[in-house]
Amino acid sequence: MAVTVLFLGPLRDLAGAESGEFPAPLDWEGLLSSVAPEVAEQLRQERVNVACAGKVLVHKTSLNAQDGDEVALLPPVSGG
Amino acid sequence: MRDVRLLADAFDPGALVEQFRATNPGLGGICTFVGEVRSDTGVEVLELSHYEPLTLPSMEELADKAFVRFDLMGLLMIHRVGQMLPGEPIVCVSAAAKHRRAAIDAVDYCMDHLKAAAWFWKREKRDGEWSWIEPRSDDYADLARWK
Repeated sequence: MAVTVLFLGPLRDLAGAESGEFPAPLDWEGLLSSVAPEVAEQLRQERVNVACAGKVLVHKTSLNAQDGDEVALLPPVSGG
Repeated sequence: MRDVRLLADAFDPGALVEQFRATNPGLGGICTFVGEVRSDTGVEVLELSHYEPLTLPSMEELADKAFVRFDLMGLLMIHRVGQMLPGEPIVCVSAAAKHRRAAIDAVDYCMDHLKAAAWFWKREKRDGEWSWIEPRSDDYADLARWK
């Protein structure tokens, strides 16, 4: 089993895919080393949020995704 | 009466607002905002994507806050997702209240939050090329008005 990572909005283009499957458990460092470098660079920016199992993480570096969890990478919303 | 929805297909704001009005008997005023895809800028298609587990719950939470903050009888909040053509409605917010100020302010409040804080990502197609729409600083300034 694995953790599903969703690349939302413009991150989808950077990742070249809508989602990826990575081995569980997946923490912040594991996430950064699993995704493409361009995506990891975005993730390190404050304006990008991370949700795990349907909840936005207050501190994304505390990510601790388990088997079967869905992790969503949330770039800033588009506005006007 | 409260009606919060995400729609994948085109909708008729007038019909929804009329239905909403009828379910709030005794109202003193109703204020409605409808946002449409602009047609004067060369945009061929606008696409809104969302994240199901967060987007609708965040709209429900926004409606909760509006009911706490303003003296409302009813609130209608409809947002499109998917691909839209110029002139098609994207969003419709309508508030019913005993007095006008609550209705007007609630719509303004909901729109500012939907624009700057709801989980939607937009891209537009011009001359056959897709490009993502970046956040605008104006939207954050609009949001700050309600702090």
